[in-house]
Amino acid sequence: MPLSTQSQADDEQYVLVASLDNARNLSNILKAITFKDHAIFNATPNGLKVTVEDSKCLQANAFIQAEIFQEFTIKEDSVGFQVNLTVLLDCLNIFGGSTAPGVSTALRMCYKGYGHPLTLFLEEGGVVTVCKINTQEPEEPVDFDFCSTNVTNKVILQSESLKEAFSELDMTSEVLQITMSPSQPYFRLSTFGNSGNAHYDYPKDSDMMELFRCTKTQTNRYKMSLLKPSTKALALSCKVSVRTDSRGFLSLQYLVRNDDGQICFVEYFCCPDEDVEEE
Amino acid sequence: MDCVVTGGNVKVLAKAIHSLSRIGDELYVEPQEDGLALRSVNSSRSAYACFLFAPLFFSRYTISSGHAFRCKMAIKSVQAVFRSLATLEKTVEKCHIELDEQKNRLTFTLHCKHGLMKTHNLSFQDSESLQAVFDKDSYGNAFRSHPRLLVDTVVHFPPSLDEVTVSVSDDRMWFRNHVEEEADQSKAMLTELCLASDEFDHFAVQVHNSITFCLKELRGLLVFAESTGLPISMYFDEPGSPVVLSVTDSVLEGNFVLATLSDDPNHRKNNTRRARTPPPPPDDFMNDDIDSYLIAMDTSIAPGPSATGPPTPPLADSICSKQAAAANHRTRLHSEEEEEDDETVDSSRPPNKKFCSLFFGSVFPPSSQMTTQPVTSQEVLASDSEDDVE
Repeated sequence: MPLSTQSQADDEQYVLVASLDNARNLSNILKAITFKDHAIFNATPNGLKVTVEDSKCLQANAFIQAEIFQEFTIKEDSVGFQVNLTVLLDCLNIFGGSTAPGVSTALRMCYKGYGHPLTLFLEEGGVVTVCKINTQEPEEPVDFDFCSTNVTNKVILQSESLKEAFSELDMTSEVLQITMSPSQPYFRLSTFGNSGNAHYDYPKDSDMMELFRCTKTQTNRYKMSLLKPSTKALALSCKVSVRTDSRGFLSLQYLVRNDDGQICFVEYFCCPDEDVEEE
Repeated sequence: MDCVVTGGNVKVLAKAIHSLSRIGDELYVEPQEDGLALRSVNSSRSAYACFLFAPLFFSRYTISSGHAFRCKMAIKSVQAVFRSLATLEKTVEKCHIELDEQKNRLTFTLHCKHGLMKTHNLSFQDSESLQAVFDKDSYGNAFRSHPRLLVDTVVHFPPSLDEVTVSVSDDRMWFRNHVEEEADQSKAMLTELCLASDEFDHFAVQVHNSITFCLKELRGLLVFAESTGLPISMYFDEPGSPVVLSVTDSVLEGNFVLATLSDDPNHRKNNTRRARTPPPPPDDFMNDDIDSYLIAMDTSIAPGPSATGPPTPPLADSICSKQAAAANHRTRLHSEEEEEDDETVDSSRPPNKKFCSLFFGSVFPPSSQMTTQPVTSQEVLASDSEDDVE
């Protein structure tokens, strides 16, 4: 295997080495958070966390645990860098990203440290491609200060039922309004578009509702344009947890199962729209 | 109005709305005594479609007695209610349609699997009646077939093709793509399909004729007919008068009325020759038609000399003639409004009869009531756009 022999000697110099038999396990989950070019990578011995932000109002995090990787070696407590996510995804799919069974791209991702490029060795069918992506100064991700103790309402739904609603959402509506309540209507998504309004109501005893823990009636509006990218994560996921805290901040956590049946998480935080009017 | 649709009928309703969306941008809703009428017309008023769902189609159908109510709304917003057509059958258990006249709201409530409930409150505008006047039973040529036959025929035409020409003889029907006169003949590709009469359930030809109409609307109806498995009927007469395509069931009826191009003498000659029909009608008859059409199209053109000469190419321009027919139709309606019925037999009379789009006109008046309706509808549709009711 050229991939393993070639890189063995260099291994000493790297602060981070991560290998995957199937690069799609990484590219898929990164796609779920691709709505801006720049992604902040933060690696710890637990795994890799990738963060993408938009206008300081939306943040998406993808967590890929160390166990997902066939090899995950890190020499420091924390390694951080920033790369262009679009470029990284293009590299990961450099062999076409075929979904045919039995065909997969092997990946070895290495990083020498501050100021060095992120180096990808990709191999498929005996052909090796080496990609070097320049890294940037890592920015500090916004701290949304979303604390589980401040969570007022929480529901866990099977993604299937939300996918349908999100695919039908009236995009002429500027906002998506989420109502969570211990009484009727329990969990409601509303849009206010050009042709009228629409409400999607999920009863708390639905088979799609895995958990319903609402303590207080809360109605918040979120910019549709901000929430739109989260549908990518929804599409990949099998379960979704919707939480709001006392300030009305929204947390969407998606449980994503990869090709090998392993579990990863994607999380979106979104600020509420300020001008909540009467309705 | 308060009605409930359940089970497979939800999909039928959704498919009907989708096929109406191929016609126009607005959906006209009219709850009637004999069922719920959904209609649409295109902007040039050369295509009209109507579905009537009988009360039995619904699990519950109640309308406010006393006064008639009609409204129109953007068809897109109604389509949005039934967006996931493919999964509709599996997910939606019940659809409740309720009209709130006070709030000017039409509410669609979909009761879905797992207790999910989708409520769409759509705003609408008041509208007058939209009613095309046609009497398909009076047409000379009538056909009925399984939608599959037409689907398999139409599939051979490229999606970019606008119009198709249908010709009939005693035992055959031809489908041909319509090539515009000014199109570069060397580049034009001609596709022709021939269907034998025994492929149809019903095949009755009185006039050997050839008509040209838009394919888009036919495709729309075919999608509906195929999904419901209902046989599709086609009725037509002479070129220039509309073709009627319809599907009928015990609980629903759908009629698509499409304008056909006015007669093109060249085509006619070809068709008649191929169909081995008696020789084409005497020249003076045709000239008369063209002549009167000239008047109808533009009164400033002097009809004089062409009355004896053969028809000239400019008239054969398909698009031009279609638009002109529509334009002519509009002017005629206006004149009708102004002069009521005191029009005497003058020079403009024959063209009206022969060439104007017969859509909302009174050429086949089934009843006097029907003939007056279109006029009012035209009138109101124009004024309605100004006072948008939200």
